[in-house]
Amino acid sequence: MRTKLFQYEGITSFLSSLSAIAAGLLVGLIILLVSNSQDAFPAFVMILKGGFEDGSRGLAQVIYFAIPIIMTGLSVGFAFKTGLFNIGASGQFKMGAFVAIYIGIKWSFVPEEIHWLVALLGAMVAGAVWGSVPGILNAFFNVNVVITSIMMNYIGMYLVNMAIVKTVYDSLKNQTKPVLKSAVLPKAGMDKLFNTSNVSIGIFIVIIAVIAIYIILHKTTFGYELKACGSNREASRYAGINEKKSIILSMVIAGALSGLGGGLLYLSGSGKYIHVLDELAPEGFSGISVALLGMSHPIGIFLAGLFIAHLEVGGFNIQLYNFVPEIIDMIISVIIYCGAFALLFKQIISRFVTKPVIDTDTSGIEPAMISQANDTSDMGGAEDKRGHGEDKI
Amino acid sequence: MEYVVEMNNITKIFGNFKALDDVTFKVRKGEVHALLGENGAGKSTLMSILFGLYQAEKGSIRINEKPVKINNPNDASSLKIGMVHQHFKLVHNFTVLESIILGRETVKMGVIKKDEARKKVIELSERYKLRIDPDAYISDITVGMQQRVEILKMLYSDSEILIFDEPTAVLTPQEIEELMKIMKELVKEGKSIIFISHKLNEIKAVADRCTVLRKGKYIGTVDVETTSKEQMSEMMVGRKISFNIEKKDIKTGEAVLEVENLTIKAKNSKKNMVNNVSFAVKGGEILCIAGIDGNGQSELVYGITGLMPIQEGRVLIKGKDITRESVRKKSLDGMSHIPEDRHKHGLVLDFNLQQNAVLQTYFEPRFQNKGFIKFNAVAEYARKLIKQYDIRSPRDEDSIVRNMSGGNQQKLIVARELDRDPDIVIAVQPTRGLDIGATEYIHKQLVAQRDQGKAVLLVSLELDEVMDISDRILVIYEGEIVGDLNPKEITVEELGLYMAGSKRSGGYEN
Repeated sequence: MRTKLFQYEGITSFLSSLSAIAAGLLVGLIILLVSNSQDAFPAFVMILKGGFEDGSRGLAQVIYFAIPIIMTGLSVGFAFKTGLFNIGASGQFKMGAFVAIYIGIKWSFVPEEIHWLVALLGAMVAGAVWGSVPGILNAFFNVNVVITSIMMNYIGMYLVNMAIVKTVYDSLKNQTKPVLKSAVLPKAGMDKLFNTSNVSIGIFIVIIAVIAIYIILHKTTFGYELKACGSNREASRYAGINEKKSIILSMVIAGALSGLGGGLLYLSGSGKYIHVLDELAPEGFSGISVALLGMSHPIGIFLAGLFIAHLEVGGFNIQLYNFVPEIIDMIISVIIYCGAFALLFKQIISRFVTKPVIDTDTSGIEPAMISQANDTSDMGGAEDKRGHGEDKI
Repeated sequence: MEYVVEMNNITKIFGNFKALDDVTFKVRKGEVHALLGENGAGKSTLMSILFGLYQAEKGSIRINEKPVKINNPNDASSLKIGMVHQHFKLVHNFTVLESIILGRETVKMGVIKKDEARKKVIELSERYKLRIDPDAYISDITVGMQQRVEILKMLYSDSEILIFDEPTAVLTPQEIEELMKIMKELVKEGKSIIFISHKLNEIKAVADRCTVLRKGKYIGTVDVETTSKEQMSEMMVGRKISFNIEKKDIKTGEAVLEVENLTIKAKNSKKNMVNNVSFAVKGGEILCIAGIDGNGQSELVYGITGLMPIQEGRVLIKGKDITRESVRKKSLDGMSHIPEDRHKHGLVLDFNLQQNAVLQTYFEPRFQNKGFIKFNAVAEYARKLIKQYDIRSPRDEDSIVRNMSGGNQQKLIVARELDRDPDIVIAVQPTRGLDIGATEYIHKQLVAQRDQGKAVLLVSLELDEVMDISDRILVIYEGEIVGDLNPKEITVEELGLYMAGSKRSGGYEN
């Protein structure tokens, strides 16, 4: 029974993420000890407690932090399934945020009941447009998505800064003006439940997005096409899948997810504004961490987003002990570094817990390891891996 | 009798897979000793142990009657063991001379003493009758020549025990003959040769003795002279293998696939890889395109199947022009394609068996409803293919394809392509890297298609395959069809001359 459980790939993925987290926390503890050994342990406990520190308000804070990074995490993870490394989540996020604010302030002609919804849709469209550019360039001209999406981050940032100053600028505070009340996300009783105003129906929209992405990837022919393209673009072409369409659509959807994340954060009514600064939206990069930690699986991303938000709340709290909250960023970075070794952890775990399944009765079967050392070794395999590795990194 | 190599009771375990199980292998001084076995029989593993790439769990090695421990290839080199790998390891923009001395340069104040090296190389090449031009660039010489460079490289480092890993896979018949001569020459000079192969004809031609492995077990060592091919193949496979494939006598039908004046340019240059090629494949015939690798056959197939753009010409299926159709449309029009590179094109290796089984058909109503995959239908279909085509894998339809053996991966592709009931099957090197059993099986499947009146276009580099199963042979040389031959009327040698470009049939007509 035990072996059966571990044969399940999801479980080993989960365990390897857990090992990465443990390693990250250990390093965090060391940093705490080095900087102030006296308060290190209570501070460490506080980090672990994170959002559970402050009752329901703490939980609300975790959700508030988690919403944007789960969305950007979904964005990065979804594109990754199609073999694209969407570093541009930051730019897509910012575009979405700006358009949401713009609509939230300027489009007073929209019926009040659906004003927030229209603003969110606008955010999605803006993100999608921003995501589509690297997608199109990659599909038609084979330009690496990493490069174009990085450039799109900067273009997006400066464009948004410029647009804010021209349209919805609060020159006194060097930031955007507040959105109209009708554009703020409805609370749907969440504020009473959590006894704070930071929460809204945003978390439900995130859950819907997670489920939708899960269904697309795992249940539909569209998801099948995307994954086939991501895993082996040449084979998809051979199979008659329109790989250009798949790549573009994948980036469009990824962009829409990031854009929606931007809309959800800035319409949450928490007093958050876009400052006119030369600074890329950090949520986009947190999304990469979240996607890596969540193994690009929608549910994994959801949990990883909550977890990182939980740590961030903890990091915020350790300021009580005179620690800087940046320690949390370091812990998260170590977790991500270790997460990059997730494959290694995965191998170690499966080596310790399971034996490879080999049926000795049937001839012609050999484990992958052996077939690599085979007489007529198929070099195609190695080349293949190298082939689409280029695109991922 | 003096043994130069003695490997006694070698056992090698990967995980809980016994790659070698109590194998004993002894080579006499001055003989060509063939090592015969199917893929996965453990030939390469055994040689890797001798060459120091792996260490055995159990067993001992003696070289020249002395017990040794070989921990890495350097140890092997100092014991004068050399290896010509199946895929040559040469630097393309080096000259022949530079390649030979690579890694063994003698230097004087940091400057390579090339003249000395050149003298030694020329001396060696004369002594062993390995004609080469020391100043030619590797990229400019033929594959056969590259192999000579590899051999000279071994001789340059004074190897006494030479391992040849499937050396004939990339050669033309003439080059193979040359190689055999060279091997005999080497043995005459006192070298000992280990010749890894699964081609019985070659073993018959050149080897003195032959050790057979099967599934990691030692089966026996025989004198090649007194053992028939049939006996050896039975030792290798464990059952009788029929070398002759029975084909029904049927009349060929209408042309199914027509190719007219096809011209295809190389990807990044102006060179025509396929130059004004025309032919037709009729129903009930296996038309084979023979040629040495790199003469445009891959591009020809990519062009026909839509994976590469066509510059000029037309492709028709049953009279319908499909030149500019998408790959999907061509497949719906009845074209099946068993691709040359099963890892690059044929399979999504990280998908499981059932996902790969529906790679071209997942969108059909039987497998999806309003965009949602019908998982039960897909699994059921995969199980049907597994049963019908005898595809073996660790976890049946849930096996990740990467973990399946090459033969079974290929069976899966063949199953998928033939089960779509195509009008034309385009099979490119369908048996590359497969053992005798799987090869026989795939040949039978292709012939079965032909016997049903389907058209089969076979592209192959294996002469035996070409001669055995085709009804008509077109020889491609530098992108042009240089011969239209009847396999019943020509000899392998003649075919080799066409493939090497030294012969051409006058008025080739479609």
